[in-house]
Amino acid sequence: MGLTVQSVGIKAAEADIKEKIPKGAKVIALAGNPNVGKSTLFNKLTGLKQHTGNWPGKTVTNAVGEYKNKENHFAFVDIPGTYSLIAHSAEEEVARDFLVFGEPDLAVVVCDATCLERNLNLVLQVSEICPKVVVCVNLLDEAAKKGIFVDLELLSKNLGLPVVGTSAQKGAGLDNLIEVISKTESGDFLASKRVKVDYPEVMEKAISELEAKLNSISSFFNNRWIAIRLLENDIAFITKLESHFGFCLKENPELLKTLEKVKKELLEAKIDESAFKKYLVSGLVLTAEAICDEKTVKFKNSDYKRRDLKIDKFVTGRVTGPICMLMLLAVIFWITISAANYPSALLWEFFSFLEAKLFEFSVSLGIPTVLADMLFHGVLRVLLWVVSVMLPPMAIFFPMFTLLEDFGYLPRIAFNLDRGFKGCSACGKQALTMCMGFGCNAAGITGCRIIDSRRERLIAIITNSFVPCNGRFPTLIAIITMFFISSGASGFVSALILTAVILLGIGTTFLVSKILALTLLKGAPSSFTLELPPYRKPQIGSVIVRSIFDRTVFVLLRAMSVAAPAGLVIWLLANLKINDLSLLSYISEFLDPFGRAIGMDGVILLGFILGFPANEIVIPIIIMAYVGGGTLTEYSSLFELKNLLISNGWTVTTAICVIVFSLMHWPCSTTVLTAKKETGSLYWSFITFITPTICGILLCFIINNLSKLF
Amino acid sequence: MQAALCDLKVGQGGTVVSVNANADILRRLLDIGIVSGTRVHCVLKSPLGDPSAFLIRGAVVALRNEDSVNITVDADFPLAVVKENGSYGAVGRHKSRRS
Ligand SMILES: Nc1nc2c(ncn2[C@@H]2O[C@H](COP(=O)(O)OP(=O)(O)O)[C@@H](O)[C@H]2O)c(=O)[nH]1
Repeated sequence: MGLTVQSVGIKAAEADIKEKIPKGAKVIALAGNPNVGKSTLFNKLTGLKQHTGNWPGKTVTNAVGEYKNKENHFAFVDIPGTYSLIAHSAEEEVARDFLVFGEPDLAVVVCDATCLERNLNLVLQVSEICPKVVVCVNLLDEAAKKGIFVDLELLSKNLGLPVVGTSAQKGAGLDNLIEVISKTESGDFLASKRVKVDYPEVMEKAISELEAKLNSISSFFNNRWIAIRLLENDIAFITKLESHFGFCLKENPELLKTLEKVKKELLEAKIDESAFKKYLVSGLVLTAEAICDEKTVKFKNSDYKRRDLKIDKFVTGRVTGPICMLMLLAVIFWITISAANYPSALLWEFFSFLEAKLFEFSVSLGIPTVLADMLFHGVLRVLLWVVSVMLPPMAIFFPMFTLLEDFGYLPRIAFNLDRGFKGCSACGKQALTMCMGFGCNAAGITGCRIIDSRRERLIAIITNSFVPCNGRFPTLIAIITMFFISSGASGFVSALILTAVILLGIGTTFLVSKILALTLLKGAPSSFTLELPPYRKPQIGSVIVRSIFDRTVFVLLRAMSVAAPAGLVIWLLANLKINDLSLLSYISEFLDPFGRAIGMDGVILLGFILGFPANEIVIPIIIMAYVGGGTLTEYSSLFELKNLLISNGWTVTTAICVIVFSLMHWPCSTTVLTAKKETGSLYWSFITFITPTICGILLCFIINNLSKLF
Repeated sequence: MQAALCDLKVGQGGTVVSVNANADILRRLLDIGIVSGTRVHCVLKSPLGDPSAFLIRGAVVALRNEDSVNITVDADFPLAVVKENGSYGAVGRHKSRRS
């Protein structure tokens, strides 16, 4: 659930990264494989609150944070976690482009001490590009627990790069890191001592020859590296490079001649383009292997991994796996519903009391009744509903979900569900973006960048809103509680019904993905690798604080900022009259036939339409429209609200249709805008908008007509 | 005994002999450190049997069968299974041979 101020809304645009860098600060890029604790490190260093969590692929955009002490002034840039810079996915491209074109003063490569060897692959690549590199071996505490010991000095000697050890979560080693960054930045470490990646001799010769030619033309930021890209014929990158430097490499006749010549020589040695690529990467892997010899990384036997394996066997077991997923979902909902019930009711009671008192008070002060009515029965009422109904479930659901996320369970969900997604020609990582959707669909759609293939990414984007974001959860919970639970029944039944609703959403996700893959987005599933990170003990205290203050408050504020004007609009509609009928009645009457056809009514439909900016306000709008100008004091509990709905013609069918429609209708405006940004196409944002809408209308229509049969 | 990577049983290890895949997949596999000579170890199968998760260079990585079928491994003698079963242990650490 990548839901922070940075990840949603206009601020998420990363194009202006350079503008965000404070004046005079040295730019330090933070690179690293996914899930090595880069964001944790970034947050500790800069005091910011980037999203962290135990699964690969959270950080998909660049973020900038400032560090200042007496001697140093750094701007840290957190770039997306990648295994490699040979870009084949969107986030790898973001990472590589920043290192190449962002011209950082220094790059820190954060590594996972528990699988250092693989991490070195990226270290070697970054050190091929950047003149100043510091290696930060993180997660030392976890490695020690697993009986893995890294000799940092020896590693530094083998690599020819400065190496610092840290345990970011505990904050250990950070001062040292700053010191080494500062020293290296001012030129304390010799680039010449650096380890060189082992390529076959013919390749090495070809590269040097081309590099020499490039040198004779101009000195781009790193001619050796460009030479390799030319030989590899990475067209997309070369084009970018050319437009960046305003120089057409391929039109330089001398360069072309040399390029042809060395390519021919390579071919004679039986190295064509694809073999070249293969040697490039295997060169990296083998060099990394040689650096990580037995002396540098020592293993002691430990039972630590045995524990992980036991958990994994259980949560991905043939029988236990699916049961575990369902139980977790149901239990989380159960806790959310039962724990939120009481504070919600209290808040609601208190607020309706407050509303009445404020109204009386301001009238007694001589404020015109109309104005007071508008303020308190319009704006304030919607606001208060949003707070009392949204806040408690969110404040409970968010921390619980974050705990699961930090523990490392989400990738296991993806592992379990992948077969299903493959059946729909989609990517298993869609399960991860789906999980993010529970927090916020806009964040889920941004998260789709972890999916490499454009086709599969589009499928994930379009279907993301089939999981209800937390703006819709409270709506679902409220209606379920009102209509399907006899008063006094435990929250567990509500939780089960809610789980069934979510399963319907997930089922629809699969179905629609399949349909898309058969029609608009034809193609075979692409290759797929998913890392299952080790389980980590979540830091319970900080998770709770973080998810309440960073996420809950942020989401709530966003909802409130929409709720206030919406309250005003709906009040005006209800109170502006033409021929003795309010505008609201005109509109809802106009919408009524259509609303009725899909099991609802005009008012409900209007609620959904006005809820476009934020789904949170759908129910309060409906209630306000039913109540009209009157007060809400007589409806001090959900069960009394139910009477209001029933007296306005709601039946069980209406409730079901509202639940289904709330699960499937147009995504909120932020989500659509995010889809536009991510797909870069009006067409695909329209598809994102229309697909769930069609599904919802169809399904509600069917439900409505089926119910008439009985 | 040569086998495709996807045919390894849970708990069984092997050494990669060759990787025959198109360039795209190949890169992904190389990214996670699969080259000839790499030690791999099958640790999990998902509930529907596909994908499977392998211990590769200290990390657990899931691969779909379509991708892992293209990786030929020299599977360990099944006897080794019994001994190593039940632990992610240090089995990934045998130094690989250059090929
Ligand atoms: N034990 C331990 N856990 C860490 C350390 N650094 C980060 N983590 C945890 O590792 C997980 C991934 O961290 P995150 O910063 O989100 O990784 P990123 O993907 O590299 O940005 C989170 O659950 C962190 O709490 C560390 O030094 N020690």
